[in-house]
Amino acid sequence: METPIKKMNTTSKANERIAIAVIWAAAIFVLALLVSIIVHILFNGLPYITWEFLTQIPRNMGRDGGVSSTIVGTFLITIVAIAIALPMGIGTAFYLAEYTRENIVTKIIRFSAESLAGIPSIVYGLFGFIFFVISLDLGWSILSGGLTLALMILPTIIRTSEEAIRAVPVVFREVSYSLGATKFQTIFKAVFPSAMRGIVNGTILSIGRCVAETAAVILTAGSALRMPSSLSSPTRTMAVHFYILAREGISMENAYGTAALIMIIIFLINIVANTIVNRFIAKSR
Amino acid sequence: MGDISQPKFEIRDLKAYYSDREVIHGINLEINKNEILSLIGPANSGITTLLRTLNRLCDLNPESRQEGEVVLDGKNIFDHDIVVTQLRRRVGMVFDVPTPLPLSIFDNVAYGLKIIKMSKADTANQVEQALRMSALWEEVKDRLSTPGMSLSGGQQQRLCMARVLALEPEVVLLDRPCSGLDPISTARIEESLMEIKEKYTIVIAPHNVQQAARISDRVGFMLLGDLIEVDTKELIFSDPRDQRTSDYVTGRFG
Ligand SMILES: Nc1ncnc2c1ncn2[C@@H]1O[C@H](COP(=O)(O)OP(=O)(O)OP(=O)(O)O)[C@@H](O)[C@H]1O
Ligand SMILES: [Mg+2]
Repeated sequence: METPIKKMNTTSKANERIAIAVIWAAAIFVLALLVSIIVHILFNGLPYITWEFLTQIPRNMGRDGGVSSTIVGTFLITIVAIAIALPMGIGTAFYLAEYTRENIVTKIIRFSAESLAGIPSIVYGLFGFIFFVISLDLGWSILSGGLTLALMILPTIIRTSEEAIRAVPVVFREVSYSLGATKFQTIFKAVFPSAMRGIVNGTILSIGRCVAETAAVILTAGSALRMPSSLSSPTRTMAVHFYILAREGISMENAYGTAALIMIIIFLINIVANTIVNRFIAKSR
Repeated sequence: MGDISQPKFEIRDLKAYYSDREVIHGINLEINKNEILSLIGPANSGITTLLRTLNRLCDLNPESRQEGEVVLDGKNIFDHDIVVTQLRRRVGMVFDVPTPLPLSIFDNVAYGLKIIKMSKADTANQVEQALRMSALWEEVKDRLSTPGMSLSGGQQQRLCMARVLALEPEVVLLDRPCSGLDPISTARIEESLMEIKEKYTIVIAPHNVQQAARISDRVGFMLLGDLIEVDTKELIFSDPRDQRTSDYVTGRFG
């Protein structure tokens, strides 16, 4: 005879099976979606990625020629953004995590960072246009674009770095202090290496956002197709190029080619960054 | 400093608090040079707190506060002109769980040496000496650049000891260093403690009464923040003055 407890066991087993099925279905659905997007873009884009496509400047508004200047523009803007946001973001994260107890200053910083993280990128674009392009008279330029993107990714870098720093076990700090280290030495030699992985993940995420950004960049770096000659040149990034090609119906072929290229570059950045970190960490774990 | 009869540590009326709660109630204790002093007692006796006071690791906890004096070689460690980082190099600490830093074996042992900017050659030499003293050298000499965390638990704990010994401290504090270790690793650590006491003063929270009996010169019994008594291990284990000590060492409570 089935006692109530046994009955409960069988129903909870059935429930568990259903739950597992639902979870699997969700995972497979998402995976299928992602794979089909990637396959679609690569299938339509890869055939156009030729040596000429990579090395020639766009001609005829992008109908002909390649995308070389947009690759250079994308890299330069991203480098400017990361070079500014990374030290500022990591510094702020260490300040928040290590140097203060919760007080009004940390609350303001955290509140601002969280609010900034939720603002649509076009608002950053507008701000960058008014502040960097017009007020500081930097014009439509790689510098204006990079500075704007730096502001945009700063909250992400602060948040991911702070989380990574807080996740470093307290014992590492205690060990470091117990061996006669100062606070600064402890942070630099014991905490930072352990937080590396998380900080790099946040950075990769931010690089991806810089590479993929359109709205904020169009308003601050312009959409010039020339090869940039300095940081004060205007430029067009790959994402902006793709947007213009597709939206204005200039060339769907080259639009797909550019999209595939953006995807491949983001993959490569991921792989390279991870290999470097792994090599660095391999010595220690 | 050279005076043999002067104790290494003189603890006078030490009280310790977390926030407003007093957890050590005025302890008086002298710790002699080159002795192994074991501090035993049931849970929450305040042994960890006492050990962490001796090198001011307690300072890391903003809730923690002490009153009284802890005199090291004639100088109160709570004085304002004490340089805490220097104090911690003189009074090293091995924690209850092995805690290698996420660095190579070599860099773990060299951690404190790099901080005092010792030359490369001296560092290498010092690392080897320290690993020999903690009976780990033979096992790791061919893999110094592999991660400290790749070692077994017992090896990791000896690595932590080497890391402290590399700094040539005057006192070594060990808070249950063998908890969770296998008997062989435990024996290894006990052997090296007996060896190094020629050079160092050792204060240990042993992980059981048997360990205290094996390695100590003197034993102190603590209970709920009081030091009930401290004496040679022979007296503590055969003829303690206090009934509670006798109950504890005979296993009547724990
Ligand atoms: N960080 C802390 N914050 C607040 N109270 C603490 C803290 N650490 C220890 N205590 C309290 O202080 C008292 C002494 O604890 P302590 O850890 O020093 O004892 P112990 O003898 O090492 O005990 P155990 O056998 O558990 O290791 C206990 O009542 C404990 O709850
Ligand atoms: Mg303890």
